[in-house]
Amino acid sequence: MNGRLPGVNDSLQAQVTTLPGLWPGFWATLRRDLLLAFRHRGEMANPILFFLMVITMVPLGISPEKAVLAMLAPGMLWVVALLATLLSLDGLFRSDFEDGTLEQLLIAPQPLYFQVLAKVLVHWLTSGLPLTLMAPLLGVMLSLPDEGYGVLVLSLLLGTASLSLIGSIGAALTVALRKGGLLLSLIILPLYVPVLIFGASAVTSVVEGFPATGQLAILGAFLAGSIVLAPLAAAGALRISVNG
Amino acid sequence: MGWQWFHRLGSPRWFYEKSSAWIPWLAVLSIALLLWGSVWGLAFAPADFKQGNSYRIIYIHVPAAFLSLAGYYVMAISGAIGLIWKMKLADMVMKSAAVIGAVLTFVSLVTGAVWGKPTWGTWWVWDARITSMLVLFFLYLGVIALQEAYQHQDTANKASAILSLVGMVNIPIIYKSVDWWYTLHQPATIKFTSESTIHPSMLYPLLVMVIAFYLFYALALLLRTRSEILYRERKTRWVQELAEAGRGSR
Repeated sequence: MNGRLPGVNDSLQAQVTTLPGLWPGFWATLRRDLLLAFRHRGEMANPILFFLMVITMVPLGISPEKAVLAMLAPGMLWVVALLATLLSLDGLFRSDFEDGTLEQLLIAPQPLYFQVLAKVLVHWLTSGLPLTLMAPLLGVMLSLPDEGYGVLVLSLLLGTASLSLIGSIGAALTVALRKGGLLLSLIILPLYVPVLIFGASAVTSVVEGFPATGQLAILGAFLAGSIVLAPLAAAGALRISVNG
Repeated sequence: MGWQWFHRLGSPRWFYEKSSAWIPWLAVLSIALLLWGSVWGLAFAPADFKQGNSYRIIYIHVPAAFLSLAGYYVMAISGAIGLIWKMKLADMVMKSAAVIGAVLTFVSLVTGAVWGKPTWGTWWVWDARITSMLVLFFLYLGVIALQEAYQHQDTANKASAILSLVGMVNIPIIYKSVDWWYTLHQPATIKFTSESTIHPSMLYPLLVMVIAFYLFYALALLLRTRSEILYRERKTRWVQELAEAGRGSR
């Protein structure tokens, strides 16, 4: 606020000092994206419906036997939640890219890192969080043993946030491509391997009667790491996609 | 003064002209070593006590696996150089390294499967190392697919450079997690970690093959990069003059 720019008259100085700072910019993007998501409530339901339908296919395709389903449940729930997140990622930056909002975000005085973080947060609130809340119900349908539910929700809570963050890199890299959807899955799926391994094994080990604190701690570490690094990479990728 | 060579690398033409002198050396050396190593390994090294002759595929399998991992770092580091110093040559090296690395990863997967059939009685096992190799193969394919998807060459370079850097950060994490996953799911019937240490009479041909593969990798990378240079610089005068000269001499 006290940074007086040299050779600038008073009215311009006033404009410069009243530009919104970092957090107002963050909240503005967050609010705008949440509002947009709320206005397209139907789209918000799509990942959840996908989750529900694919889980319905499992007993139809494999076996309705309770013992078989209980064994498959932790891994199946995790894999399908991962796929549902992946499918919803394509829209993360697409509409903003098409109507030019993304260019405005790029030239905004606030750092792009926080704008990306806000957009990813909204993506998680509208896909990862509902999927997590839906998971126990689907766990019942797959006869997941009783001990598994708490850890299932916890691991998905931590894991889907990492999935959204890592996926934002892929979404930013493919936003300028007309048929980016499938390519996005191809480039992001290998990066999802560690999250899937630790997420599914947290649930499995609790079902088998072991503690899952180690796996949950590692999922938390993945989340912390991807909060720091993923928006940086996504911001760099967005600059390339928009300028190219 | 010491950095002049680095700035010269910015010119694909300078590199193209210089590297034509290296090719015969690299070619002779790598082919000689490949012949020496494979004849030694396949014909003269002793047969394995347990596996008989089938172990000899190690002389292809292990060097290919080494290079598929090293090749990812070559690709990612040249991608980073291209991003930071905007060096055209580094982008071309990155594109060539992606294809060669993917092929080598595929070779090591296939030779592993061929080796697995007589040794473990199955083509495919969800072993930690095999699974990480498969994920590495997917990472390579992702970079290649992204490279191909963009019309604009400059965007393609930068986007695939970012993806390969993200992959480089992830490779150690993926390896560790797959390793951890495997120790949890380890099947009781098959054990390959109990392999005894390799005897020198088998090790030396292997070392020759590893060096030969490194040299061959350098040669392949050089040749592919050179053709990439010609393709991307096809509108420049020096490439057109080169093409004219080639046509005239025929």
